[in-house]
Amino acid sequence: MSEYKPKIIAFVCTWCTYAGADLAGTSRIKYASNVRLIRAPCTGRIDFMLLIKAFTMGADGIIVSGCHPNDCHYTSGNFHARRRWIIFRDLAKFTGIDVNRVMFSWVSAAEGARWAEIVNNFTDEIKKLGPYNSFRNLSATNFIEAVV
Amino acid sequence: MTEISKVEIQIAEDKNKIVLQNKAKELLQNKAVDIIIGYGEGTDNTVHAVFITNPDNTSELIYDERCLQNLAVYLLKAEVRKFTKIGIIANIAVMRTILQLASENQLKEEKIVIIGITADGSLKEFSGFNELQEYIQLNNLDISKEDQEILNRLDSMTAEERWNYWTEQFSRCNKCYACRAACPLCYCNRCQVEYNQPQIITPESTTQGNFEWHFMRAMHLAGRCIECGECGRACSVNIPVHLLTFKMSQTVKNTFGITAGTDAKLGSVMSTFKPDDKENFIQ
Amino acid sequence: MDITRHLISKEKLSSLIGKCMEDGKKVYAPVKKNNLVNFAFISSFQEITNDYINTVQSAKPVLFPKAEKLMEIKMSKDNIELKSRDKNLISETIVYGSRPCDATGINILNKMFTAGITDQLFAERFAKTTLISVSCKKCDSKCFCTSMGINPGNTDGSDILLTEVENGNYLVEIMTDKGQKIISSYQSYFDKAPDINKDKYLVDVPVAFELKGFDEKIKDAFDSPIWLEQSMRCIGCGSCAYACPTCACFDIQDSFNGQEGQRKRNWDSCGFSMFTLHSSGHNPREVQSKRWRQRILHKFQYMPEQFQLFGCTGCGRCSRSCPTDMNIKEHLINLIKNI
Repeated sequence: MSEYKPKIIAFVCTWCTYAGADLAGTSRIKYASNVRLIRAPCTGRIDFMLLIKAFTMGADGIIVSGCHPNDCHYTSGNFHARRRWIIFRDLAKFTGIDVNRVMFSWVSAAEGARWAEIVNNFTDEIKKLGPYNSFRNLSATNFIEAVV
Repeated sequence: MTEISKVEIQIAEDKNKIVLQNKAKELLQNKAVDIIIGYGEGTDNTVHAVFITNPDNTSELIYDERCLQNLAVYLLKAEVRKFTKIGIIANIAVMRTILQLASENQLKEEKIVIIGITADGSLKEFSGFNELQEYIQLNNLDISKEDQEILNRLDSMTAEERWNYWTEQFSRCNKCYACRAACPLCYCNRCQVEYNQPQIITPESTTQGNFEWHFMRAMHLAGRCIECGECGRACSVNIPVHLLTFKMSQTVKNTFGITAGTDAKLGSVMSTFKPDDKENFIQ
Repeated sequence: MDITRHLISKEKLSSLIGKCMEDGKKVYAPVKKNNLVNFAFISSFQEITNDYINTVQSAKPVLFPKAEKLMEIKMSKDNIELKSRDKNLISETIVYGSRPCDATGINILNKMFTAGITDQLFAERFAKTTLISVSCKKCDSKCFCTSMGINPGNTDGSDILLTEVENGNYLVEIMTDKGQKIISSYQSYFDKAPDINKDKYLVDVPVAFELKGFDEKIKDAFDSPIWLEQSMRCIGCGSCAYACPTCACFDIQDSFNGQEGQRKRNWDSCGFSMFTLHSSGHNPREVQSKRWRQRILHKFQYMPEQFQLFGCTGCGRCSRSCPTDMNIKEHLINLIKNI
């Protein structure tokens, strides 16, 4: 039986975390290949609905990562994002979403090794948690079992 | 409670009603307002909103414990906005809505005449938003004990129990959007669900689509909800959607120290920030 | 066919429904949950409640679901593959506990979905659905079926109508071949009907207004200020349309995940602000009063013109669901008086 390969989506900002991930690559640092990066200009652009969408479309874990506070390329995007993440996490907890599957981090362009470590650790955690079936099991439109 | 006390309360209520009706008539006759939004008798001993432009019809106005609908939802409707001066019968929920709408630049002070009703049912006039703010800050703005108990009960459940609770509730949702229509803070001309390029919220009424809708609505109301509970009352299939937005209000209050609907110059909690906003989960 | 009559006891009725489920039929009946009574698929007769005047939602979803997949689509470089559903997967369904107003509503829906071109999805479900309605012993102030030309014991639209008579027994009236099929398949459950007058077991619903000629009178009311007066408190949600047994507007949408997708249809309501929004940006019904007018005119003028029937059964569900007390019976009384 093949080992469970989690699907992890990472929403990252262009100027810090994406560059950091790039650095990990050019430094030939090996890290878990389960993660798929989605690049946004800034964490401030990342709508919380993208995270929900990632879960409904089959993600087992989500990473959201950007520039450290005070280092945002657009000055304050990450500050806005931080506020959003705080309330998102509370609402997610309240509605029963497994918040252990959503990780937020600040990773700068120089932190290639740290990015690899974060991804590896998170992948291990998701492997332990297993596939995230809760969202996928929610009824979606079917042919005959149409929703009455 | 003795029979005599019941009669006394009834007399006080009737007296207050006359005072209210006379005030309304006066305001319309003096052209201090062009329209008054208030409550009138509805079907089966319920009440519904009434819109009075003729001073002779002010006898329709009532106010009692049945008057819970948040009338401020009508303030931004095209049919009401076209009037120059709008009078509105205002309990705490309506007052807070007015301040929150003002802080979001949706209402001008000169347009509204607030006919306030205090906790004991008597009339209180306000000269403007400053006076309204002072009055609101003297009041207890906590949510009801029943709702707080349900929130506590949900908080003490495991994540899986909460998931089961909410997905069971959402399975009944029909996407009628009564919660959105009844909420005075949901005034977007085009709601997110009404966009389909791209389609962020699944439009159909499946448990998945319903979850996305309610989650999104709660997030968009964080820091803006004034806890009137109208959304939960409007739901025709008894989903306690108000608990979601109440939870967000509490998060905002506990984390950022802001209570919506208390200051006409509050600014927007979710589009501002403090460099030292505290959290304990970002790695 | 002529209406035939039988009698069935409560115990035998419970066994009959149980047997139908054993034989692979699905049963959609009123269930009390979360402080309200609504139709749901049941697995035992005991789940069915009697504690209702009318369910919050009608039985409409079993024929016209609130969300339905129309087809699956798979796109490749030089080909588009479409897959329709297999109608053999639709189960035989019994709707139990609908009221005569529900049954009339289904009749109206059937007329709309088969006029001109037959809606295949509706027709497939309708062919496999049997309606066992229960007549009304109670009504509330929002009911007005008698003003709409039907009554609490009306048989139109039902395959079988049950009326509770003496000693927990039900008078069984069979109107259609589908109904007859149930009787023939499960003959032992039914007894001979006594010679009784059904009417004394029905509630009396007072007539609220005179409907005759309303569809003619209303033709002159298009520009009346009454629509604005009546609709001031309407907040423009879809509760009334969704609860209504005859409302059938829907919205078709495609959704894709890469090269695979599906086409779906979902309920829609003419009360929504964007219902008539054109792609040019123009909206002929941009204010709520025009949308309220549309609701009434559609049901009381346009449908009589097109289908020779009113699009309303007097069930009162819209009034009960409405968060702002837009009581349609009161509005109709007001309209008839003032236009």
